[in-house]
Amino acid sequence: MSMKLTRVPVQEQDPQVRKHNFKEVSLGYTLEEAIQEAQRCIQCKKPRCVAGCPVNVYIPKFIAHVAEGNIEKAAEVIKETNNLPAICGRVCPQEEQCEARCILGIKGEPIAIGRLERFVADYTMDKQSSESMDIEKNGMKIAIVGSGPAGLAAAADLAKLGYEVDIFEAFHEPGGVLIYGIPEFRLPKKLVKQEIEGLKKLGVKIYTNIIIGKTITIDELLERGYEAVFIGSGAGLPKFMNIPGENLNGVYSANEYLTRINLMKAYDFPNSHTPIKKGKRVAVIGGGNVAMDAARSALRLGAEEVHIVYRRSEKEMPARLEEVHHAKEEGIIFDVLTNPVEIIGEDGWVKGLKCVRMKLGEPDSSGRRRPIAIPNTEFIMDADIVIIAIGTSPNPLITSTTKGLKTHSWGGIIVDQETGATSKDKVYAGGDAVTGAATVILAMGAGKKAAKAIHERLSSGAKKYASKV
Amino acid sequence: MFEIMDKKILAPGIVLMKVKAPLIAKKAMPGQFIMLRVSELGERIPLTIADYDRQEGSISIIFQEVGYTTRDLGSLDIGDHIMDFAGPLGKASELDGLNRVLCVGGGVGIAPLYPQIKYLSDQGAYVDVVIGARNKDYLILQKEIENYASNIYIATDDGSLGHKGFVTDIVKELLDKGSQYDSAIAIGPLPMMKAVCQITKEYNLPTTVSLNPIMVDGTGMCGGCRVTVGGKVYYACVDGPEFDGHLVDFDEAIRRQQMYKKEEQIEHDCKLG
Repeated sequence: MSMKLTRVPVQEQDPQVRKHNFKEVSLGYTLEEAIQEAQRCIQCKKPRCVAGCPVNVYIPKFIAHVAEGNIEKAAEVIKETNNLPAICGRVCPQEEQCEARCILGIKGEPIAIGRLERFVADYTMDKQSSESMDIEKNGMKIAIVGSGPAGLAAAADLAKLGYEVDIFEAFHEPGGVLIYGIPEFRLPKKLVKQEIEGLKKLGVKIYTNIIIGKTITIDELLERGYEAVFIGSGAGLPKFMNIPGENLNGVYSANEYLTRINLMKAYDFPNSHTPIKKGKRVAVIGGGNVAMDAARSALRLGAEEVHIVYRRSEKEMPARLEEVHHAKEEGIIFDVLTNPVEIIGEDGWVKGLKCVRMKLGEPDSSGRRRPIAIPNTEFIMDADIVIIAIGTSPNPLITSTTKGLKTHSWGGIIVDQETGATSKDKVYAGGDAVTGAATVILAMGAGKKAAKAIHERLSSGAKKYASKV
Repeated sequence: MFEIMDKKILAPGIVLMKVKAPLIAKKAMPGQFIMLRVSELGERIPLTIADYDRQEGSISIIFQEVGYTTRDLGSLDIGDHIMDFAGPLGKASELDGLNRVLCVGGGVGIAPLYPQIKYLSDQGAYVDVVIGARNKDYLILQKEIENYASNIYIATDDGSLGHKGFVTDIVKELLDKGSQYDSAIAIGPLPMMKAVCQITKEYNLPTTVSLNPIMVDGTGMCGGCRVTVGGKVYYACVDGPEFDGHLVDFDEAIRRQQMYKKEEQIEHDCKLG
């Protein structure tokens, strides 16, 4: 049997075209391409890919169905463990998870599991959304706080088990980071909406404009008769650098910049009424996926030059390789080993970014080599917009209004790793609210774990709550 | 969707709306605000709560039709619905324990001052109120405030009612003649709050101001509402909206308020010709 060592390539929008539009970059496999790629899978007896997936999708099994052209069957297999395949197929860091463990990756390229997952989800999307599920209700109510990946995953699993699930969302639209954070060109909002519609078909109710911790507290939810509450409120608080000039006009947190564009549709101003500053020269500080998203969005808003400014080297960048690659193809300029020390202003507006060159020293606590400033290398980079994308931390709105909910000093909710149970009876948590900024799939995994734990506890006759935290 | 239960034109371009929002009304406290979005493509804007009625389940907002969103909102009538309405956000005013308070309101800033005057009066505090507007037609809530204020002083720019001049003239006069207060509260346009604070600082009179900067979500997520107070950066939405007026960097706040002036002009030209 001859084995193809390279993947079937996927069609993408031309970089010169796509940098002027918000449409999706990757066009996805056709049926023929998907079957061809699926046929490369050697169907390992002990599949390492499955263990590499935070929600343990039965990867070889779904791929076998694709190889036979039986896409509906493949979809069923994925949906057994993953309710949001159209999203995961696009935004999971497969190269660090399932694909990283693929045996084919040793001599050649691993199976394109992410692309196949996306294909299966897209191909069957219209079919599944017309189905309505009949689930026998067990009469118990669960409240979910936040409608991002953690909350959606928990809600889906609990609804399938017969619980009455109510999701509370602070924004006017459900989806959390999938809606306000990740741009259209990486994750079309239509898909997120369709996945959420699918959830509603399971009987899940979503209440928007409800800020848990403000409009209603966690304790009030419990008083209202919810048997358990799952907190998946994310890590929405932007970090700033505390350097001079951060409050100049024209400085954004990546959160604000992306929320204006994605949730509020500022790219369509003045049709949409939310404005955004369109810079000519934009500097984005940070090296993660959010930094890439902000930089590429700036380009699409018409910036002439967009820089990524990152204090370590490209090797240490936390962004996915694919995102870095796409950003470079589109003409984003990477200034690595460069650390901003001051934002320079003129008449109150951003004019430039004062930076210093860095070199790498010994590894620090994160295991990455510590960046050290090189003396006398300061320079000023012209910029009229500066976007700060150096991370986010959990929002204290809930933890500050809930008695008995223990948190780490940095704000993350303390939970039992196995169950997601918090220090407070009947209250579970997962996703970025627990871990700090991480990935969509880890949040989904945490939501599923908590759903399982909630079910085990409630179905075993609500035995006494024994918190381990 | 949130139903408009009542609507009143208080002054040219200044509108009061009572909105059915029982969950918010149950929790609302003086000093807090709501975020609203009029319709599908609308902008999210913060408005300070002007009154609340827990029994009726209503929140009152008072706004001046200055931009696209406020004009859009103003075009709605009783029985119409506001698409999104969320809150209450921000911290409540710290009013408990105050005995003698000087409340200063300018223009539409009198609206958020009103529930504080009411609350203070209800808990037995002595409340002197100074309110001002361009002219007598633009002065809002005078009658309502008279029900609660120990004394009310009025200033209009053109002298059509009360003192001809600014609220600051009256504040200075009251303090000069030796009136004693535990605390002052000033709400109005940023330059007015700045001017009041300059005077009260001379008299070492602690002064709280309420800021209303540009924000997107109102829950701490965007950081757009950051304000420098005493050299430290705070988010007005979660750390405020009220701050120690003697420590607020007003010049920065005024500058940040101007961020989308150009865009507002574009929107105005496109939409309203």
